[in-house]
Amino acid sequence: MSCFLCNSSLGKKLVMSLSGLFLVLFILFHMSMNVVAIISPEGYDAICKFLGANWYALAGTVVLALGVLVHFGYALILTLDNYRARGKQRYAVTTKEPGVSWSSKNMLVLGVIVLLGLGLHLTHFWAKMQLQELLDNHEVVLCNGQVVSPTDGAALIAYTFKEWYNVVIYLVWFVALWFHLTHGIWSMFQTAGCANDTWYPRLKFAANALATLIFLGFAAVVVWYYVAQHCPCCAAC
Amino acid sequence: MNFTLKIWRQKDAKSKGAFETYKVSDISADTSFLEMLDILNNNLVHEGKDPVAFDHDCREGICGMCSLHINGLAHGPGQNATTCQIYMRKFKDGDTITIEPWRSAAFPVIKDLVVNRGAYDQILQAGGYVSVRTNSVPDANAIPIPKADADESMDAAACVGCGACAATCKNGSAMLFVAARVSSLAKLPQGRVEGARRAKAMVAKMDELGFGNCTNTGACQAECPKGISIAHIARLNREFLRAKLRD
Repeated sequence: MSCFLCNSSLGKKLVMSLSGLFLVLFILFHMSMNVVAIISPEGYDAICKFLGANWYALAGTVVLALGVLVHFGYALILTLDNYRARGKQRYAVTTKEPGVSWSSKNMLVLGVIVLLGLGLHLTHFWAKMQLQELLDNHEVVLCNGQVVSPTDGAALIAYTFKEWYNVVIYLVWFVALWFHLTHGIWSMFQTAGCANDTWYPRLKFAANALATLIFLGFAAVVVWYYVAQHCPCCAAC
Repeated sequence: MNFTLKIWRQKDAKSKGAFETYKVSDISADTSFLEMLDILNNNLVHEGKDPVAFDHDCREGICGMCSLHINGLAHGPGQNATTCQIYMRKFKDGDTITIEPWRSAAFPVIKDLVVNRGAYDQILQAGGYVSVRTNSVPDANAIPIPKADADESMDAAACVGCGACAATCKNGSAMLFVAARVSSLAKLPQGRVEGARRAKAMVAKMDELGFGNCTNTGACQAECPKGISIAHIARLNREFLRAKLRD
């Protein structure tokens, strides 16, 4: 079994598929949690406090980090294999094949953008929240001098998305994630052998719908917190 | 019609190739693409030059020998057609047409536009057959097969092994070819028996020969001259994973 998951092309792809499924489920959970920050900042802080640096949250973080490492590591291995298989001599003229999506041909590039965004996101939030709790710090001093609790997620969201450039960076990140998911979600069913001509339109529709839902959920929080802090009408409210 | 042809010329497998430009004139719109190359070669022979080497055999779309990458597309413009089924009316008068051989590490160039597709034969030899003795043609109704299964098997069996799938795939993956062979046999009772062994053996040989990993772009399906669906790849995935999980 271990050999087949490491040595066979279909085994390696199954690992990509299953790790991708795990990450999609996590992203759905994270997006749902974030949306609470719009509805009730206090509710969001309660979730942050519940997760915090408890053993289950730490275990989840470790498993999640492993999931990202496996997914990205296998993506690099598969891409390297594919680069070799393509050969040194490439076509002088290429034409876009009908029905082939742009995202399906650029999954690694999109994945790298997603990973870079994740790195930035971790410095913005995880480093100021769970990491501080692990270091036994009960207060975090932000760059503007504001002091917040590591469990005060809503305050950190407000602080991060007060700046327009963070909003732009995060929206670009979410767009890359959207493209990645539109191909990745239906593709994982295909790799697991759970697809056929009848189900392709359904799976692709579901992939687009889920990717769009995730994009809108994440983007809504970013835009909401930016607008709430800059729109005079919202400030008056 | 007049055309400018940019054709990949390569003396042999070890030589370095390059594009050379040729002109062909007074070509009828109803001339097939391969006939147009025949006319070019006739001109080259009369000029005392080396004719362009290219693969061809039946010229009716069933042997899978023709294998040209024309203007960036495997088998050129036109869907569900091999190179020999492409006619010059698909192009505009005065067009420049770029003709390249299949590009894939597993299909090395032998000469000009001819590539070695022996890797596909090796994959077939690994398991693309049924071991049962078939003897003479059996009675058509001796083994009842549901119409839907027979149709699906025949759709997959339409694969001519031309190599367009691996040549088109950005990953150099031969999955559509292997899937078509596995699927065409897996849907029939005679082939079903060896389904697990076949899937494992053919995938192992495909990996061993250095073909790439499928990333489900669907480019192979778009360029396949027989319109073979990637649903067969899903079936291969199922067959292979089920077989491995039972090991």
